[in-house]
Amino acid sequence: MPMPAGPGRALLRVFVPSLRRGFKSMKWETVIGLETHAQLSTRSKIFSGAATAFGAAPNSQASAVDIALPGVLPVLNKGAVERALRFGIAIGASINRKSVFARKNYFYPDLPKGYQISQYELPIVQGGAIRIVTKHGEKTVRLTRAHLEEDAGKSLHEDFHGMSGIDLNRAGTPLLEIVSEPDMRGAEEAVAYARTLHALVRWIDICDGNMQEGSFRCDANVSIRPQGETTLGTRCEIKNLNSFRFLERAIEYEVRRQIEVIQEGGRIVQETRLYDPDRDETRSMRSKEEAHDYRYFPDPDLLPLVVSEPWIDAVKAALPELPEAKRERFQRDWGLSAHDAAMLTQSREMAAYFEDVVSVGAEPKTAANWVMGELSAALNRDDLDIVASPVSSRALAALLARVRDNTISGKIAKEVFDAMWAGEGEADAVIGKRGLEQITDAGAIERLVDVVLAANPKSVEEFRAGKARAFNALVGQVMKASKGKANPAAVNELLKRKLGAR
Amino acid sequence: MINATVSALSASLAAKELSSVELASLFLDRIAAAQPALNAFVTLDPEKTLAQAKAADKRRARGEAGPLTGIPIAHKDIWCAAGWRTTCGSRMLANFVSPYDAYVLERLGAAGAVNLGKCNMDEFAMGSSSETSYFGPVRNPWHPDCVPGGSSGGSAAAVAARLAPGATGTDTGGSIRQPAALCGVSGLKPTYGVVSRYGMVAFASSLDQGGPLGKSAADLALLLNGMAGFDARDSTSLDRPTEDYTRLLHSPLESGSGPKPLAGLRIGLPKQYFGEGLMPDVAAAVEAALGELKRLGAVTVEVDLPTSDLAVPAYYVIAPAEASSNLSRFDGVRYGHRAQDYGDLIDMYCRTRAEGFGAEVKRRILIGTYVLSHGYYDAYYLRAQKIRRLIAEDFARAFERCDVVAGPTSPTVAFKIGAKTADPVQMYLNDIYTIPANLAGLPGLSIPCGFGRGAGSEPSGGTGRLPVGLQFVGDYFSEAKMLGIAHQYQLATDWHLRAPQELKA
Repeated sequence: MPMPAGPGRALLRVFVPSLRRGFKSMKWETVIGLETHAQLSTRSKIFSGAATAFGAAPNSQASAVDIALPGVLPVLNKGAVERALRFGIAIGASINRKSVFARKNYFYPDLPKGYQISQYELPIVQGGAIRIVTKHGEKTVRLTRAHLEEDAGKSLHEDFHGMSGIDLNRAGTPLLEIVSEPDMRGAEEAVAYARTLHALVRWIDICDGNMQEGSFRCDANVSIRPQGETTLGTRCEIKNLNSFRFLERAIEYEVRRQIEVIQEGGRIVQETRLYDPDRDETRSMRSKEEAHDYRYFPDPDLLPLVVSEPWIDAVKAALPELPEAKRERFQRDWGLSAHDAAMLTQSREMAAYFEDVVSVGAEPKTAANWVMGELSAALNRDDLDIVASPVSSRALAALLARVRDNTISGKIAKEVFDAMWAGEGEADAVIGKRGLEQITDAGAIERLVDVVLAANPKSVEEFRAGKARAFNALVGQVMKASKGKANPAAVNELLKRKLGAR
Repeated sequence: MINATVSALSASLAAKELSSVELASLFLDRIAAAQPALNAFVTLDPEKTLAQAKAADKRRARGEAGPLTGIPIAHKDIWCAAGWRTTCGSRMLANFVSPYDAYVLERLGAAGAVNLGKCNMDEFAMGSSSETSYFGPVRNPWHPDCVPGGSSGGSAAAVAARLAPGATGTDTGGSIRQPAALCGVSGLKPTYGVVSRYGMVAFASSLDQGGPLGKSAADLALLLNGMAGFDARDSTSLDRPTEDYTRLLHSPLESGSGPKPLAGLRIGLPKQYFGEGLMPDVAAAVEAALGELKRLGAVTVEVDLPTSDLAVPAYYVIAPAEASSNLSRFDGVRYGHRAQDYGDLIDMYCRTRAEGFGAEVKRRILIGTYVLSHGYYDAYYLRAQKIRRLIAEDFARAFERCDVVAGPTSPTVAFKIGAKTADPVQMYLNDIYTIPANLAGLPGLSIPCGFGRGAGSEPSGGTGRLPVGLQFVGDYFSEAKMLGIAHQYQLATDWHLRAPQELKA
């Protein structure tokens, strides 16, 4: 259709295509904030005495309070508060001396009271930060808050002849909702943050971290903005990501989706989305307009939660050395790299194992390599936790001592380790039984060297002609002849001398 | 026998002049006879009642009886009682049988008291006339056309008609004191936190407080001894040393003695409690009662409770707000009424709640939902909470000048059934003098102090003489002292001994 001439038309023609081109070539920055629900490891629920154990028969762990009979009242579990305090102190947050439980009102069959008790305006933990390590280095993620709340029950939508079943075992399970600032700039950082947080809650023993059972689950708030822009874009919240892989893939999908929407001239609508792992995509669940009005107000059944100074001090005193402090100490005292220190502090158990190996005399760097290498590989292969390792920290230390005192070579040590793993006994027993003791006797090695030199005149010639590789081949032949038991340093030494002498 | 006090009955039981079973049977027979006329009870279970009475007799035979052992007590149907239907006056819970005992039932049961039956009440305790009950209105024993007050109307009517020696009630905005006044009995709302709310179907958690109704202040003291106490299952229950509420009955004041037992007592009279809307007959009866208290040695001082006029509006924000949330659990999913036919989940909720709740309950859920809504919370709920604090401060200032505040319990005597149902605001204004104590968490007591006739709108003489209540509001934890003051008044007067006409024979 012909357009009327005039300045407007000209402007329109110039503006629109250039804008489009601009979007296409634009560099986008991803902004992510995470809300994490960590189930606290108390034996009983946050407001009732019912058990929290996973996997019980439906509704067998639902008390009068959990099913919200008329007249029942909540009583706060001190253990849940104590765990929130541990977390707050561990991340250097401020602990609100007075915090308030509120009611979040909405109707759903698995929410027995018709409201969830949660902290709203005044959470118990405010602020704090977590250091994360990615391949691009270290970074600090600030936390907004962490608050106590109760979990809802579960709706079971199958096998009930067209009706839904309700299991209230989970109703009233204590949760700590940990909210980060939008400080992460991509899926990698988000996953690093989630992993670090996961390690921390297990480290300070407030959550078992079991993601399959839903003990640790994340919601991701994702938005994008042009590189260099300082105001935040419109965000979408992706709900209930219960594995690090889903978290990563959901964010990656969501970022791609948002860029596409904008590049096609659209606008991001604030909404809640659900990640479908089977189709690897996020789907809209409800828009901001459909969002509930939760009608929060302070729960009149519960007094404000007041935390005393002595209590905070006692919790602080009882905290174990935290992963960050340990990381720094490993680097400072034992000369480990930042990467190694981070790897070894992934869990308190792993760090304890490593420290135990070092404490009985192993050289820290060697011990680190073994724990991160052979041991971790074997644990992964057999799907074992480090506390269930068939090779104890002391046994590994004893093995490393035999490498150190030249009884065996590092290579033979791996064979010994495998035998120990298979249950053949301690290092010394395996070495003795299998006759793996290193040959260090110069005379014995010299005899082997002589035999090898005599049998490989071609290699000797090549070495003389300047081919360094030929030397390695000769070393290999000697080692082979010794069944790997010859001391490699001694073999090198003797070979060099003999070849030089000829 | 039917006019005997709890302590007199206790003495008779101790002297083996009668058994608990005989006593319970006597009252069960009276209840059965009066039920068609008064409708004071929702649930009776003579078998259970008599079994408890039998157990009480056995206990006495073992020599383990206490002052409440074998005493039959009627319970407002808001308290959960194991194995008993607990309806709260609602269709929603018409078939709900509680699997557990409320703390108060547990405690009274442990003392050997006998559960006489469950009393009718306004639905979910929302009302001042006991007309909103799903089980039909309760009638005032003083006149069958009049309301007994509410919401503990069944309890008050039962005591007034001598169907029970004592009863339990709950008071959120006057629900013990106002029906006590309108039925000519005594009723006490203790300091918030003195009686555990565990097992009391919640209306407005921050205001609800259980308490006793009885024929005299002395009986209230005995009953409160059996109801009060720290309960770890209620986070708002107060952990205080056990109190004997009868200890000050005979000498409430150290300064009192002989014919002037109340010498040294300063009674504060808030001018706001004697203003517009107060029925002249009620004013006259209260004035006369104050005169009697002065003869007993008390002096009166004027006090100012300037925030009083905001109490009713603040209450009708806070109470419905909490109620709207407290009543969310009645959703048809786990227990209680569920609509027969429904489409999807939302439809199930809508029909269930539309059918299960009466008009007044729905009205308050709507108000409560509105005032908590996004954008209205600050203007309503938060402001109401501020007013609440101001009201508590008013009382704190008043208690610097006086020991107890006194005035009418209700601005009028009992009104006719149906007279105020069309005008909720008129109904709400019934509680204008009782609500402040709930908002401040203070103890309040109502005792009979005379009679009056209906207002101009009432057909003159049509409803005859109806009881007037005198209210005391005391400082926190002053229950024992207030009961002592009331007891001294009751020693000097006989209003509390008057029973409805047809019972005199």
